[in-house]
Amino acid sequence: MITRRKLLMLLPAAAIAWEYVVAGTPEISPNYSRPEHWWGMLVDIDKCIGCGNCVRACAAENGVPEGYFRTWVERYHVAGWQQETPQVDSPNGGKNGFPPSKAAGGKNFFVPKMCNHCEDSPCTQVCPVGATFRSVDGVVLVDEKYCLGCRYCIQACPYGCRFLHPVKHTAEKCSLCYHRITKGLTTACCESCPTGARQLADLKNPKDPIHEYLKTHSVQVLKPHLATGAKVYYHDLDGSVR
Amino acid sequence: MPVDGFMYPNEIELQWSVLIVVYPFVTGLVAGAFILASLERIFHVEAVKPTYRLALLTALSFLLVAPLPLQLHLGHPERSLEMYLTPHKTSAMAMFGFVYLWYLMAVMLLEIWLDYRHEIVLFSQSTTGWKRLLYRTLTLGSSNISKGSLRVDDRVGWVVTLIGIPSAFLLHGYVGFIFGSVKANPWWSSPLMPVVFIFSAMVSGISIVMLIYMAAMKLRRQPIDMRCVDTIAQYLLYTFIIDFALEMLDLIHRIYEADESFRSLDFMLHTQLFFSQVVLQIVLGTVIPILTIGFIQIFDVPEKLRRIAYVVCGCLTIVGIFAMRWNVVIGGQLFSKSFLGYTTYKLDLISREGELVAAALLILPFIILAVLVKILPPWTESQAGFVPEPSVCELGKEA
Amino acid sequence: MKLKNFKDAEHLVRLAGAFAVVLVVFLLVRAQFVPKSFGQYGHYRGDALNELASKPIFFAGHQTCEQCHSDVLEVKKSGKHAGVNCEACHGPLAKHAEDPGSVVPQLPDTAVLCARCHEENIAKPKAFPQVVSAEHSGGVVCKTCHQPHSPLLQPGDKKS
Repeated sequence: MITRRKLLMLLPAAAIAWEYVVAGTPEISPNYSRPEHWWGMLVDIDKCIGCGNCVRACAAENGVPEGYFRTWVERYHVAGWQQETPQVDSPNGGKNGFPPSKAAGGKNFFVPKMCNHCEDSPCTQVCPVGATFRSVDGVVLVDEKYCLGCRYCIQACPYGCRFLHPVKHTAEKCSLCYHRITKGLTTACCESCPTGARQLADLKNPKDPIHEYLKTHSVQVLKPHLATGAKVYYHDLDGSVR
Repeated sequence: MPVDGFMYPNEIELQWSVLIVVYPFVTGLVAGAFILASLERIFHVEAVKPTYRLALLTALSFLLVAPLPLQLHLGHPERSLEMYLTPHKTSAMAMFGFVYLWYLMAVMLLEIWLDYRHEIVLFSQSTTGWKRLLYRTLTLGSSNISKGSLRVDDRVGWVVTLIGIPSAFLLHGYVGFIFGSVKANPWWSSPLMPVVFIFSAMVSGISIVMLIYMAAMKLRRQPIDMRCVDTIAQYLLYTFIIDFALEMLDLIHRIYEADESFRSLDFMLHTQLFFSQVVLQIVLGTVIPILTIGFIQIFDVPEKLRRIAYVVCGCLTIVGIFAMRWNVVIGGQLFSKSFLGYTTYKLDLISREGELVAAALLILPFIILAVLVKILPPWTESQAGFVPEPSVCELGKEA
Repeated sequence: MKLKNFKDAEHLVRLAGAFAVVLVVFLLVRAQFVPKSFGQYGHYRGDALNELASKPIFFAGHQTCEQCHSDVLEVKKSGKHAGVNCEACHGPLAKHAEDPGSVVPQLPDTAVLCARCHEENIAKPKAFPQVVSAEHSGGVVCKTCHQPHSPLLQPGDKKS
């Protein structure tokens, strides 16, 4: 919901962002201080409608090649009480939405997935040269000029969010739209999500609504037993989600 | 779509190809061949002495080829120097670059140089043309082959071999750790992985030296030293028993604990991996060699049959250990990390990471070995042609 | 083991010298080839942060759209699509925002666009407005009855 108050708060940021959009975007916003931010995301399963807007927007914003995914959406069908054998599909990553489901009954929902920008990320741990790293503001990034293409990071990611770019031959994944968030904009996927299921969160900003949200809602992360320190928080994530 | 069930969209294409199967296979042969060489030098197992130099040269041949599959696999091989310039200390792969370098320089090249030095000096004086230049370079400018200097070589060489044993374990144990430390992959993640890799490396290395020795003797129309080969086969058996025990331990543990990955892995083992794991690796590659060589230890088997048995077992072992590397590397990528599906590996014939390249990489070490054997002959019989008079050799070996 | 003669170990000194030369060459190569900004913030190339932050932008962001299209905002902000950002339907338009005259956005085809969100699917939240379009409109394009910026039909709206 856009309230007048929110708009007034956003306008200065928008004005700055606008200037950078117009100027051809050389550097980060001058009043962006990296140590003041710790980025994450909130995904509300109750709100996701599987429209695939996020997948398409990410591809358009970041030049993601066809057949590879920086973000994708999965559809779950949980038939009975069995938590370990859901039926899952993700046709072309959910890029063109989902066809009508063959399943009937049971519990059905969508789960958007992306890089979790882990605090203790196993992918940055294994990179032999320092081509992938976690920035000071908490974003796990890939330096495409330095990456060797050894693919160790792709093996080490428990979430399957990395791939090897077929043309650049370097590892690639969601960058949390670093080029946008450092200018006061939100990520492409959050911008295009029609229901607010995806929301960028700045865990170091005391005014960010995430803090209140975490106090009042139950949240989960993917594969918590691996202790990756994932910073993508899911609301109402079912136990069957892999 | 080659997908059965569900896989995360980015997982469908395999990341590590057959070249990454060749790589641990080759480094395993290096470590195993070296351990066999050290049996004589450190543990005074006299019987295997005829294979000492051959084992060292075999290890070096495979060690030189080892980086090639990696280079061919990299997206940017021209950036591979970065691993030495800015190695990331938390990365097993980066640290392995230094372990490899240490093993090549401080163990292999040093030990071979020290062992061959007096022949190198003699060749540098007796040969002509480019061979003379080659040997002169290898002498590093020193022509001292007095009794004292050869004694120094022997002592230092002994220390190098001693350091070489844990270095060989480190070389291939590290490769095991590269896989074993990946918590995202339950087929790989295990503290047993480095140990299993080391013992399977020893098994393959011992087998390959045994096979090369027998083939070389056949080619040179020399008699095979059966006491030597019988002893090698014995050590092969002991190592095999430990290797088999470790692998069974891993299997039994998995079946018993049946964690979240078990059902998915079990299905994979019964379908996609059945031939390579159960038939090639376990039955043909492990059980049959163990039973055959074990039989030979208990019952009297005539020499000719023993020779055939060793050749067959040696070949089965090599194939079985290659299958084991395949099962680890490729097997670890065939199932989804969601444990809900499987993909298939499409192995091309002609491509940078295809069958032909893999085959070429496996043949190349033998070509290198043939060249090394010419330059640094492992045999001291005068049939080799330009080997110096026995008296000098004897003096050198007195220490 | 006593050395009767230093000469007997001289070849080892030569070997050590060879290793030392290799080490020095390596250090020189390292000094030359390691990127200058490496290690600035951590074990990575510091320049990479700015490079990543300078990538081109394709979605302008709804705040930018609203600066010019405040009339649409008026219609949208009290309707059911108040929370749907402009580019969610109209696609990435940063180029249009940069130079409105030269880049004219194409109106999306509602027959395809609306169905992505509103076609019935068992996995969508029950409370979310969804229809089986064949039954709902019998093939008639959504825009015929619904105004996309404020789509809920009011009494008196055209209905066929």
